[in-house]
Amino acid sequence: MSDQVIAVEGLAKRYRLGLAARHDTLRDTLSHGLRNLPRLLRRSGSEAAARPGEFWALRDVSFQVERGQALGIIGRNGAGKSTLLKILSRITEPTEGRVTLRGRVASLLEVGTGFHPELSGRENILLNGAILGMSRAEIRRKFDEIVAFAEVEKFLDTPVKHYSSGMYVRLAFAVAAHLEPEILIVDEVLAVGDYAFQRKCLGKMSAVAAGEGRTVLFVSHNLGSVTALCSRALWLAEGRVRAYGAAAAVAADYVRSQTEQARTDFDFRAWGGTERHAGRLLITGLQVNGGAPVMHREAFRARIGFRAQTAVEGVAFGIGLCSLEGTRLATLDSDLDGRRWSYPAGHEGWIELELADLPLSPGRYSLDLGARSGDVTSLDYLPACGLVEVQPGPRTPAGAVQIPGGGLRLSGEWIERS
Amino acid sequence: MTDLSNPMPVPAAPTEALVIEAGRADRHYWRDLWRYRELLGFLAWRDIKIRYKQAALGVAWAVIQPTVQTILLTFVFGKLAKMPDGGVPYPLLVLAGLLPWQLFSSAFSGAGNSLVGNANLISKVYFPRLVVPLAALAVALVDLLVLLALALPVTALYGVPPTWRLLLLPAFIVLALLIALGAGLWITALTVKFRDFRFITPFLLQIGLFVTPIGYRTDFLPNWRDLLALNPLTGVVNAFRWCLLGGELDFYGSGLVMSLLLAAVLLGTGLWYFRGTERKFADII
Repeated sequence: MSDQVIAVEGLAKRYRLGLAARHDTLRDTLSHGLRNLPRLLRRSGSEAAARPGEFWALRDVSFQVERGQALGIIGRNGAGKSTLLKILSRITEPTEGRVTLRGRVASLLEVGTGFHPELSGRENILLNGAILGMSRAEIRRKFDEIVAFAEVEKFLDTPVKHYSSGMYVRLAFAVAAHLEPEILIVDEVLAVGDYAFQRKCLGKMSAVAAGEGRTVLFVSHNLGSVTALCSRALWLAEGRVRAYGAAAAVAADYVRSQTEQARTDFDFRAWGGTERHAGRLLITGLQVNGGAPVMHREAFRARIGFRAQTAVEGVAFGIGLCSLEGTRLATLDSDLDGRRWSYPAGHEGWIELELADLPLSPGRYSLDLGARSGDVTSLDYLPACGLVEVQPGPRTPAGAVQIPGGGLRLSGEWIERS
Repeated sequence: MTDLSNPMPVPAAPTEALVIEAGRADRHYWRDLWRYRELLGFLAWRDIKIRYKQAALGVAWAVIQPTVQTILLTFVFGKLAKMPDGGVPYPLLVLAGLLPWQLFSSAFSGAGNSLVGNANLISKVYFPRLVVPLAALAVALVDLLVLLALALPVTALYGVPPTWRLLLLPAFIVLALLIALGAGLWITALTVKFRDFRFITPFLLQIGLFVTPIGYRTDFLPNWRDLLALNPLTGVVNAFRWCLLGGELDFYGSGLVMSLLLAAVLLGTGLWYFRGTERKFADII
């Protein structure tokens, strides 16, 4: 018999729409109760029938993972990836089906869960370790290693609110990386942090999977890191398993299936389900080039629409342009250009980014959008939230059109030296 | 604990299988709660630390508030309303009543805000949710101990020496904690479900300050005494006074029995309601 560590059978999760987006108020419950009283008394209607206002985030999901395997979970936003991870992490209960986990589970759905800005690095390591399920003795034993991994020795007793965002993320990941679970569940956490550190984390994670015989479940929009890290992949589409098999093959199928229309106008108000709405600032839309086609080597304008739910200070916006495999090709962050803004609660507005000369080769690209505040916390993050198509422009050399792909097409000086 | 309904043999590794199914969360609950006791300690420690880090006056707040309340209530009930004191210095009556009241109100409001305040934890990490209101209770207990350490010398200054009855005080502190936990579980679960309760909590506490005999003695109000005993805190307040203030007060056993009964009911129903709504917390928070 194979050494099965995770067995998922017929898993399903039903959400009631509106439940999460808007909290119940007493008034609603009372009036709803009164209105439904006659119906309740008659006790009509069966439970099993699908009612309007309900949706299945997961439906009939089954798969097995063996010890030491790394499984990548891919799929579009709203495909049910996060719900699956939440059920496996025991944060929420399934509606149907069962999961059998053999081994100690640690899940990392976010970097730095429970970090408190007022506490020092040292205190946050202790707290975060306890939150992730480490015992006090275990944290103490690994403390020095965690500090060294995060490279924050000098700032151990500084409150983390004074940390740079890079330091913050490094510290948070370092704690998580030193968990010693038999099953590690990771969600998209590598999307943050600088490149060198991402490499370090990926290295640590593959060591965990391959070398130490642990099982890893990894959700990412970056197909590159999924194929690099995982031997197998599970593709979820609309809550169901679309494909399950060798990572490279599933990823290739996934890229081929992305037939979504490239657009220039995006509405994100209802994007990505429910979790975004708890935030302090919501990215509401994106308009590219005012509706005109996007062209290589021409001006590129991106207008990000947003609404501040609460007062926010020092907001920076960012746009990431990625290949369809999810590899980031270019990043534009307003704070790196020295621009941050503050808004009162309820403020709605637009921030426009302008590039005089778009270097992206003709082709289709996936967009990431994000906003973060001065205290380094992410306000809103929309990975792979839309596709844009870059067309050849008047200044595109004819050759570039015939050679597709190529990411950024830059012009340089070519000189013959003898 | 291996899953008996699963016929597959357990693999070589000495690990236990964890089965996740709808409605099965209960199976490991109390064992998990014990396993997560360190987290409880850390959360309480974090809340205490942050509170005192952020406030300029720090620990002084734990003292200033009850001091001012003692002076105010002494003035209103003792001086203006001229309620009988039965030979006990009035400020001491008030202080002894405030001790359990502070414990209750701080645990109650702390618990009410605890899950919403820790929403990011609830939606990202698994742990028995009971840890969060329990941590709020632990914070309230620490505050009580600070206050008690200061109240004892004050009592002695007024010429009321401690007696053997003080030894029974821990039992009544536990009773106050159980009442606070029962009420706290209700308010925690209700606050997650209905955010209205964030406004209802301070309102309830305001009422509680007057229907709990903090500023007066129930033994001089024969008409009201039994009615007031319907508030479980009445028995606790009387017991605190009996422990701290020496021979001038009678024990009022029936009030205490009432307290015990109501505490059991509150705790039982509180746990039942909390456990019932808990599994949906992550979906609605």
